[in-house]
Amino acid sequence: MANALAPQKQMTIGEGGLALTFVALALLSIVIAAKAFTPAYAFHAYLFTAASVAAVFAIINRYYDRPAERPPLTIDGKPNYNMGPIKFASIAAMFWGLAGFTVGLYIALELAYPALNLDTAYITFGRLRPLHTSAVIFAFGGNVLLATSFYVVQRTCRARLAGDLAPWFVVLGYNFFIVIAGTGYLLGITQSKEYAEPEWYSDLFLTVVWVTYFLVYLATIMRRTEPHIYVANWFYLAFILTIAVLHLGNNAAVPVSLFSPKSYIVWSGVQDAMVQWWYGHNAVGFFLTAGFLAIMYYFIPKRAERPVYSYRLSIVHFWALIFLYIWAGPHHLHYTALPDWAQTLGMTFSIMLWMPSWGGMINGIMTLSGAWDKLRTDPVLRMMVVSVAFYGMSTFEGPMMSVKVVNSLSHYTDWTIGHVHSGALGWVGYVSFGALYCLIPWLWNRPLYSLKLVNWHFWISTIGIVLYITAMWVSGILQGLMWRAYTPLGFLEYSFVETVEAMHPFYVIRALGGLLFLTGAVIMAFNLWKTVTSTEAAAPARATLAPAE
Amino acid sequence: MSIWQKHAIFEKNSIILVIGILIVIAIGGLVEIVPLFYLKNTIEKVEGVRPYTPLELAGRNIYVREGCYLCHSQMIRPLRDEVERYGHYSLAAESMYDHPFQWGSKRTGPDLARVGGKYSDDWHRDHLRNPRSVVPGSVMPDYSWLEKTDLDYSHIDADMKVLALEGVPYTKEMIADAQKDVVTQTTTDSPDSADLAKRYPKVQARDFDGDPKRITEADALIAYLQMLGTEVDFKLYDDKANIR
Repeated sequence: MANALAPQKQMTIGEGGLALTFVALALLSIVIAAKAFTPAYAFHAYLFTAASVAAVFAIINRYYDRPAERPPLTIDGKPNYNMGPIKFASIAAMFWGLAGFTVGLYIALELAYPALNLDTAYITFGRLRPLHTSAVIFAFGGNVLLATSFYVVQRTCRARLAGDLAPWFVVLGYNFFIVIAGTGYLLGITQSKEYAEPEWYSDLFLTVVWVTYFLVYLATIMRRTEPHIYVANWFYLAFILTIAVLHLGNNAAVPVSLFSPKSYIVWSGVQDAMVQWWYGHNAVGFFLTAGFLAIMYYFIPKRAERPVYSYRLSIVHFWALIFLYIWAGPHHLHYTALPDWAQTLGMTFSIMLWMPSWGGMINGIMTLSGAWDKLRTDPVLRMMVVSVAFYGMSTFEGPMMSVKVVNSLSHYTDWTIGHVHSGALGWVGYVSFGALYCLIPWLWNRPLYSLKLVNWHFWISTIGIVLYITAMWVSGILQGLMWRAYTPLGFLEYSFVETVEAMHPFYVIRALGGLLFLTGAVIMAFNLWKTVTSTEAAAPARATLAPAE
Repeated sequence: MSIWQKHAIFEKNSIILVIGILIVIAIGGLVEIVPLFYLKNTIEKVEGVRPYTPLELAGRNIYVREGCYLCHSQMIRPLRDEVERYGHYSLAAESMYDHPFQWGSKRTGPDLARVGGKYSDDWHRDHLRNPRSVVPGSVMPDYSWLEKTDLDYSHIDADMKVLALEGVPYTKEMIADAQKDVVTQTTTDSPDSADLAKRYPKVQARDFDGDPKRITEADALIAYLQMLGTEVDFKLYDDKANIR
């Protein structure tokens, strides 16, 4: 009787269409695998086949398991938030973080002890380095951004995430892209554009995932029950949109064949250099900055239980930052064959960029007004505030290094590596850790297992960061000075390899710093694991901790 | 109405916010990138720059595959010490056929923009096999498998077709003869080498890796390294003519 009244279960157009698309993709992948020019590409085609088949089964299984009706948008007047994809992305972030930090430590050791390359193609520095950068930036950072953005947009809009399968396609598709990119580097599939190494087919796939991400995000904002779009969402939107534009511009390429992993970028020489660093610098500006500033604008006020310091400052911060950042790319090309006018523009805007960067830092740190005591009692908040302080430090260092005379010394040296890591470990790393320490207890509705372990994580990794960046400052400036040192008779004082040998002690110290940072992350993973698997429900204190815009 | 209240239009309309963001982020990129395609003084006028031979192209693809650009730049800056250490500063024209560019961003090892002709083929082979055998303080990985791996050049003409499509001046003849040219360039004293040099001026044709029986990845990579920076004759180059 009840069955007769219940609406008949039907496969939606989305489910059917997506399943058919994956069937088609599986068939296409089999053909490509059979005719691939290289075994590495055939391997990737088989991965695509396996993933597509798995996706078809997952969609059909989900169809049989789900109730006839779609999940309601609200339950008892409260939004029925969709947290599944967010849980997946936050676990993936922790996993890729550990993987990326470990590879980073290994390549740091390879530079100190080259025998560790083991004369094996797959693990040479040249192949592992993109694996490290992609794993930490796109796999760890990307999953943190996916998780937090899907969480923040739902909470601040008071609306359920748009789409049924789409959010799952975004997180699973993105992580599949990471697998393809990472295994590709080990097998020698790369287009050699820094931070955009994946080849044409991975890029195409990522484009589909990214456009879906944008549509899910925008459609969720359109569903909002709040009149205003919260500031964190402006930053997330700018991040998603700009990365799409940059990705398409920088990866414009013509593949050699459908059956070849190889493609050739349509830009060449000086124009390609400009396009690459327009992309490269704004991968920093929009992926590693705008996206994580969105995290700052949600999680710091939430954790400190204080409103954002200044609403007007956040408006100025937002527009000034996204306008100025785009211009800064040419500072990666000082004194190169790029025309001087472009170099000068890049330097000028990089210096101006200091202002909105520090405006944002002030807005983040001053949000603690009236809650400074929490820095002593809450190590999670401390981690996030220190991350903003690191942001301030590296956004001062960056404009300074973009001044041409400074750059003539720092460019091509480890100083750049040190600068990147003060931003990456200090800013992006810490704000991500802080966000995950907040998010995972919220998502699983459990109290955080141990604040004491957070404290240990904080101090161990802070010592690691300090060792890392000071070692790189010294080695970078030392090497830059040695390259340009002259004897009193007017000859170059050092051969190149003498400057390489001088780097050894600093490479060892840097690896030690990396080991400490990794140790901190292992402590974090343990802490979060114990949190998720605990049987204790969150204390009623959650009422004050839970975000409720 | 204050300007702060006017901002509400972005906060209340997602599409207007999206359009606003797109306009604001488009400006800088357009101003810095587009003129590079039409300002004539972006790329110097200079004699000698030619497309890569099929073998050099295959070698360049190995250079890309192994991520050499992560530790070696190919861009000499016009600074006193760099010009003395590496040679004439790099010109934009020298990488105008490079898809993608290989200027690099880090010098864990030295710049390679003019490494061509600095060392012998034997030195390169030994250095790739075990860098510390010729440079004791080096931290470069061993690449000993390159000389053991046969070069796959079966599709190199397809690569050249794509590059021709993107504006590299490969002729139909060059593409048609690609496979043959690989063999010619790796053969010491080949009778066809004069023919090859007609298509690719100043080409260096010989067995590069010390094993004349096989065409290996080391052959291709060394051929590429040995031509780097050798195309332009700087004795004849007039700096003043190209002041930008």
